[in-house]
Amino acid sequence: MIIYLIDGSLEGLLCAVFEWFERKPGPVILKTVQHYQPDAFIQTFQVDNDLNKADRVWKGLQRKLDKRWIRHFYCTFLSELPEAYSSLFEFACYIFSNPPGAEANYGNAHVLALSQTAHKVEREKHRMEAFIRFEHTADGMFYCGIDPDFNVLPLIMNHFKNRYADQRWIIYDLKRHYGLYYDLHIVEEIQMKNVESPENVENIESAEHKENPQSIQIPGNLEGACSTENETTSKVWSKPAKNIRSDKESLYAMLWKDYFKSTNIVARKNTKLHIQHVPKRYWKYLTEKRQDS
Amino acid sequence: MSERIREKLNILADAAKYDVSCSSSGGTRKNDNKGLGNSHASGICHTYTEDGRCVSLLKILLTNHCIFDCAYCVSRKSNDIERAAFTVEEVVSLTMNFYRRNYIEGLFLSSGIFKNADFTMERLVRVVKKLRLEERFNGYIHLKTIPGASDELIREAGMYADRMSINLEMPTEAGLKLLAPEKSHQDVIKPLSFVQNQIIQFKEEKKLIKSVPKFVPAGQSTQMVIGATPETDKDIMQTADAFYRNFSLKRVYYSGYIPISNDNRLPVLGSQPPLIRENRLYQTDWLMRFYGFHVNELLNDANPHLDIDIDPKLSWALRNLHHFPVDINIVSYQMILRIPGIGVGSAKKIVQARKFGKLRIDQLKKIGVAYNRARHFIKCADTPYQLKDYQSTQIKSFILAESQSKYIKNDVNQLILF
Repeated sequence: MIIYLIDGSLEGLLCAVFEWFERKPGPVILKTVQHYQPDAFIQTFQVDNDLNKADRVWKGLQRKLDKRWIRHFYCTFLSELPEAYSSLFEFACYIFSNPPGAEANYGNAHVLALSQTAHKVEREKHRMEAFIRFEHTADGMFYCGIDPDFNVLPLIMNHFKNRYADQRWIIYDLKRHYGLYYDLHIVEEIQMKNVESPENVENIESAEHKENPQSIQIPGNLEGACSTENETTSKVWSKPAKNIRSDKESLYAMLWKDYFKSTNIVARKNTKLHIQHVPKRYWKYLTEKRQDS
Repeated sequence: MSERIREKLNILADAAKYDVSCSSSGGTRKNDNKGLGNSHASGICHTYTEDGRCVSLLKILLTNHCIFDCAYCVSRKSNDIERAAFTVEEVVSLTMNFYRRNYIEGLFLSSGIFKNADFTMERLVRVVKKLRLEERFNGYIHLKTIPGASDELIREAGMYADRMSINLEMPTEAGLKLLAPEKSHQDVIKPLSFVQNQIIQFKEEKKLIKSVPKFVPAGQSTQMVIGATPETDKDIMQTADAFYRNFSLKRVYYSGYIPISNDNRLPVLGSQPPLIRENRLYQTDWLMRFYGFHVNELLNDANPHLDIDIDPKLSWALRNLHHFPVDINIVSYQMILRIPGIGVGSAKKIVQARKFGKLRIDQLKKIGVAYNRARHFIKCADTPYQLKDYQSTQIKSFILAESQSKYIKNDVNQLILF
């Protein structure tokens, strides 16, 4: 038994797979630096990141798996769950040690874990596509702050880029402190200072360069495969104009709330179903469920 | 100004809410003109009302003025309610502004009939044309076909709408004649088949010439009111089945009647809408469309009504116990789909996974099979040997004892003696 210690990046994870096949140490416990506690009885091996090794493993996976499974793999990684890393590691080792087609074995715990975690992430992605509510600011920007359970911004980028092609928008992940900004041409990754809630946007005075962008550093390769084009170039977001809501914003927010109320059929009230579809943790971002104004 | 708009929206959204359809799937419009909107193939529900129904589209009437007097409808001529009408510009600006804020997937526009069918249809067409051509809107548009409108207008509407629908209202002709003497099923069938023929024709042309525009790419749907007239579930589902087959409809919606009038032909005000029945009908609909069941297997002269306490698939299995138990590791995909407690997702996983070795109970549970329900109907690698053959009534009571129905408030289970 040996502990493999990785830094939590996709690169590190893929390198761990490489190192396992290089050394064949038998059963391995995979830990991220974040969740690592030294163990007196088990040896620890620090996995160093190496782009070439990671790239080889990634290319190997792409040869063995179809696009759907590469996406499952990427989505599971974006879940950021502590147990997802070891599932991914075990899954990759299982795929490489078996003939092609092994990913269809849903009886295998790691295959099933990957398929189920990916399903959760896709659900969160879909929820973000549904629950994001833009607010129109006075300088013509459509803004929305979110805190999704999983890191789904890379997955929803194309959806919003295609859909809102004729308006400038920002979607900001308040939990992971980065966001997407569309300037009518391309989507850029941005970082803002002191943002806690959408209301605080007006306090932003400067934006700083993002040192370590969230997008994975394996060039082109991964993004292409996962159909999330590698257009995010982390960039300074130039100082925004004073962010206040446009004058029409409160009217349309009100009309939307009215509509939400009018379209409800009281005789069919079913609160359980309502909450099942719109869990309470999302209410704070939904115009129609917010109590204010 | 804004007060008037609010008032209109409240009246016309309230009047439109009895149309059940809110689906936004099947649209294929791409945002290739740098405009607004891009269809999402599977549709998106942006929120859910407190009654648990999805809100995907801005569902409004253009007006609730109507020349007809159908007993089941809130907007009927004789009903004393507030009337209002949107202008074309108002509908367009509401749609655009809601869409820009990611509130909606698109527009569902219906209307009461004012003056005549053509006049109404022409207004609806003006709204969609303005959205598509002037505002470069590529979101989803669901348009009501107005019965009796001219073929030219319907054809023009189909060039811009993603889905068109026209409501059957009552499952049988007799029921419709009782509540809406001015209408007949023939009024619905004519435009339905016209649009369907056009869809086929456009598809044929598109095979030859690529630039042929889209025509109602998300197909047609219809809706029936349930529980207003005394039809059996068998009548309802056979009508639905016939419409699915004859007009290749994408969906048939079932709408439990909500009492809105003192008319003595209808259930009295304040009686509960038939929600369980509606739910069972949708389950049957799904079994027909995705599980390979024929309507006559689920509903026939011996069983004209669906069971209220158990779902139609379980009910079918209990009536046909001679098919069970089946060995999950051998039996065909079609048969796996028919096992209570196993859905399409689990069935597909089972078929793939069993190539790698015989499946065990713990694996089935993890894959997502509702094992407590399915165990009475299946065998797998480590199923314990069972001496006793249970009767269908016994199996039913086992399953009912384990499951908690969301509809039945207090337990009504019979004690099991043996």
